[in-house]
Amino acid sequence: MTQTSDPKFEALLRLGDNTLILGHRVSEWCGHAPVLEEDIALANTALDLLGQTNLWLEYAGEVEGKGRSADDLAFLRDAWDFRNVLLVELPNGDFGQTLMRQYLFDVFNRMNLEAMRGSTDSRIAEVAEKAAKEAAYHVERSEGTVIGLGDGTEESHRRMQDALNILWPYAQELFITDEVDEAMAEAGVIPHPKSLQDAWDAEVRATLAQATLEVPEAHFGHRGSGKDGRMHTEHLGHLLTQMQWLQRAYPGQAW
Amino acid sequence: MAHPSTQQVWDWLDTIPDPEIPAITLTDLGIIRDVGWDGDTCVVTVTPTYSGCPATSIINIEIETALREHGLERIELKRQLSPAWTTDWMSQRGREKLEKYGIAPPQPAGGPDKCPNCGGTHVEKLSQFGSTPCKAQWRCKDCLEPFDYFKCI
Repeated sequence: MTQTSDPKFEALLRLGDNTLILGHRVSEWCGHAPVLEEDIALANTALDLLGQTNLWLEYAGEVEGKGRSADDLAFLRDAWDFRNVLLVELPNGDFGQTLMRQYLFDVFNRMNLEAMRGSTDSRIAEVAEKAAKEAAYHVERSEGTVIGLGDGTEESHRRMQDALNILWPYAQELFITDEVDEAMAEAGVIPHPKSLQDAWDAEVRATLAQATLEVPEAHFGHRGSGKDGRMHTEHLGHLLTQMQWLQRAYPGQAW
Repeated sequence: MAHPSTQQVWDWLDTIPDPEIPAITLTDLGIIRDVGWDGDTCVVTVTPTYSGCPATSIINIEIETALREHGLERIELKRQLSPAWTTDWMSQRGREKLEKYGIAPPQPAGGPDKCPNCGGTHVEKLSQFGSTPCKAQWRCKDCLEPFDYFKCI
């Protein structure tokens, strides 16, 4: 590990990169969703996530103190500098898989944000207060859709079960704890990811039961290589070429 | 030079329409949190509705433009995230104007009590999201028209 920077900077990158990469993935649906209402809902979800990204990365840049803006961090880092969990960089798959991933992330995001409202860092507490409201709204929709599709037709059920089988091991990375998390939890800045796991597990399993889906046996969980930047999937680089091409091709270009 | 009173500045702000829902003003929306003077700089504190609302930067430009037109030269816009914006801050006048414009105003119950077009009470949700981050899509089962509902947060 090349963990030499300020743990708060690292932790803020994790928050901002999770919402940035998921926001970008979700925005890929724009113009492609099965019905107009879902298209609009996905685009709005992406927008909220990108708004949260801006608040996190802006603060990350300030904490780092090298004059980097949120845009610099989003558009001018390469894959190895990203600190998002692998779950959010996976390709969308079908609509069901996109919504399953959204649900697994949304519940974590809401719980994490709600806990961060009490952060000893007032800036983080403020952003969390704002973002927690949005995350709660996202859970309402992704939860309803997971239940509707899981307990739906034979085909929608099968697809949701397939999605869960793929995504469940990735979701475990959300709760892996390393020295950055330890330092942040000790300082009362960001809760220990492990401290959210029981509540997340209970809520998610209850929803999945209602969706008539079976939680796959967790033979393994992904080991947290995304959040500390050790190794991303091959998908992140492809995503970045799309997301960053304009700033790479025309450095400094602005509206 | 004596500067205009904060009340005067509030009155000016009260004439600036929301860029996405021009039927209501920025003060109706409840996003202007404070107006004050720091020496000869007019400080306007604004809170975003949604963290990713694309109207936020337009709103800042419109505030600055309007205040400049009224002769203010030094203007500072402050972003305030906490306490987070809530639809409770929307003015009564704003709620009435929204409804007249065809958008059901936010309700504590979490959904519209009636159709803004025909007043019918048989309404159903189509989608939690709508044409802007602050709205959801509903439908009236009486007049069969879809309508926007201002999300309650």
